[in-house]
Amino acid sequence: MALTLMKGSEAIAEAAIRAGARFFFGYPITPQTEIPEYMSARMPEVGGCFLQAESEVAAINMVYGAAGTGARVITSSSSPGVSLKQEGISYCAGAQLPCVILNVMRGGPGLGNIQASQADYFQGVKGGGNGDYHLLTYAPSSVQEAIDIMMFAFEKAEKYRMPVLFLADGIIAQMMEPVEMPEMVEYKVDPEKKPWACTGWKPGDDPAKRGVINSIYIDTKRGVINSIYIDTESLSIHNEHLQAIYKEAKANEQIWENYKTEDAEFIITAFGTVARIAKTAIDELREQGVKVGLFRPISVWPFPYDAMRETICRDQVKGVLDVEVNEGQMLEDVKLGLEGAKPVRFFGHLGSQFPTTDEIKSEILAMKEGK
Amino acid sequence: MSVVFERTKLLTDKQFHYCPGCNHGIIHRLVAESIDELIQEGKLEAGNVMGVAPVGCSVFAYDYFNCDMYEAAHGRAPAVATGAKRARPGTLVFTYQGDGDLASIGTAEIVHAAHRGEKFVTIFVNNAIYGMTGGQMAPTTLVGQKTTTSPNGRDEAWCGAPIKISEMLSEIPGAYYIERCAVNTNANILKTKKAIKKAFQYQLDGKGFCLIEVLSTCPTNWGLSPVEAMTWLEENMIPYYPLGVKKDKGAE
Repeated sequence: MALTLMKGSEAIAEAAIRAGARFFFGYPITPQTEIPEYMSARMPEVGGCFLQAESEVAAINMVYGAAGTGARVITSSSSPGVSLKQEGISYCAGAQLPCVILNVMRGGPGLGNIQASQADYFQGVKGGGNGDYHLLTYAPSSVQEAIDIMMFAFEKAEKYRMPVLFLADGIIAQMMEPVEMPEMVEYKVDPEKKPWACTGWKPGDDPAKRGVINSIYIDTKRGVINSIYIDTESLSIHNEHLQAIYKEAKANEQIWENYKTEDAEFIITAFGTVARIAKTAIDELREQGVKVGLFRPISVWPFPYDAMRETICRDQVKGVLDVEVNEGQMLEDVKLGLEGAKPVRFFGHLGSQFPTTDEIKSEILAMKEGK
Repeated sequence: MSVVFERTKLLTDKQFHYCPGCNHGIIHRLVAESIDELIQEGKLEAGNVMGVAPVGCSVFAYDYFNCDMYEAAHGRAPAVATGAKRARPGTLVFTYQGDGDLASIGTAEIVHAAHRGEKFVTIFVNNAIYGMTGGQMAPTTLVGQKTTTSPNGRDEAWCGAPIKISEMLSEIPGAYYIERCAVNTNANILKTKKAIKKAFQYQLDGKGFCLIEVLSTCPTNWGLSPVEAMTWLEENMIPYYPLGVKKDKGAE
């Protein structure tokens, strides 16, 4: 298949459509505005719906409404806008609604700036809204990888009945890369497969026709999209059910990349665009005879702790350098996973400055020299 | 023995949790009856109904309306209904919201649903107070009215005069039909039913945004008996919130 040169944001939007998304609700915010712009022209071509909401708050609640019918629905925004969506994301998680949310991260806190950043790791991975919930969270490090993740994102969201979040730094959305775009997936809402959805129940309907009941503990055959369980016992059952789902996702959905780690004495941990910069630094360091490798989580929730330990907790590994464009957010998961087994050094920039290969190289050389 | 009267099929057999004298029960019944009648009249296919419950006293409305239902975040019901209606345009969609939900935290969502001319119906129950949280001041609380957060009575100089949602929304070009009703007398109950059914009919005809405001009592938080509350509504609320059609593009 021929490669096409595409801007990241447009490629991600096209991939969502090819993955079966037919509803997009969003609001303009730099640096992701090309996504709603693309969707506004493309959705009508495939019989889909693009709607510009009055706010990010409204957009995520429109997602809640449309996803409740079983449709494949997506929204996108950037950091301050994703903050506004947190209420709705928590409700989607509570109501177990499959959907896809894109965060094209920019600098913060507050209005921050409009350049690329990785400062929303905590918000995405540790839960930005209220309650005990998680999102399947992916951090692509190339436009192609963002496309490839999108092609299974809706299936994962539907399998686990939980929202999927893309943590993409602004560079992924703004750069152009040659990509291979997959074929269109045909998706139609199947009430048999989504018995929980609002697909048209009427009094007198045979409950068996809807397959299973709405949830494991509420005796209703109607579609009821809901996150309130007012008595302690039912909320407890609901939350235990969610935790069981998260446990299953943790067991099955960890993905990561190892780059030149086999003989490495130093391991760099990084996600997204920073990991690509690190790869160049690693190649250059290896030319100088320094054995360096990269461990890159692609799913940042669930975080691939075991794979990271297997990569790093080996005799020849002398130390870990975590590199991020934030104050060290994934660093906490790296340290948590390693449990003090190896020394971990951090190098990061704030305010959307991305680390250079020279900076990463000098950090590794300093570690080698024991500085 | 033949059945001469029964519960409308659009209500479940779940017992209402509402306080004695609260008007929600009447309003639920009118909404459900109107939908059921449209189904009986062959204008609407059973099963093609989706409702959106709010946060507030009617938070459990999803348990009572016997159709596919959503429970929305506080104030967001119009956005949820927008998504639901856009995804299933052949469905009758309604939101059911109180004045704390719609007139305070959810003003952006209701204004822009009207602005876009969303093809769903909003039932707006205005009882001039926050009921569920225990009687706090709402944007609709009357001047001088005592609540737990306006213990000396609402002071207009400090927190403004009560907002008139129906009048405000009727100025929005996308709004199709807006009427304010009350359920304090048999005659007004019948008028409210007529207005609700008309709004649903407009939706089935593919017309734009419709909102029926229903003035309602809150005996518990007003500190009045149910009968006194009806009198208070008539003497205080109706003069400030005049009943009637505020906008009807279908009649123009």
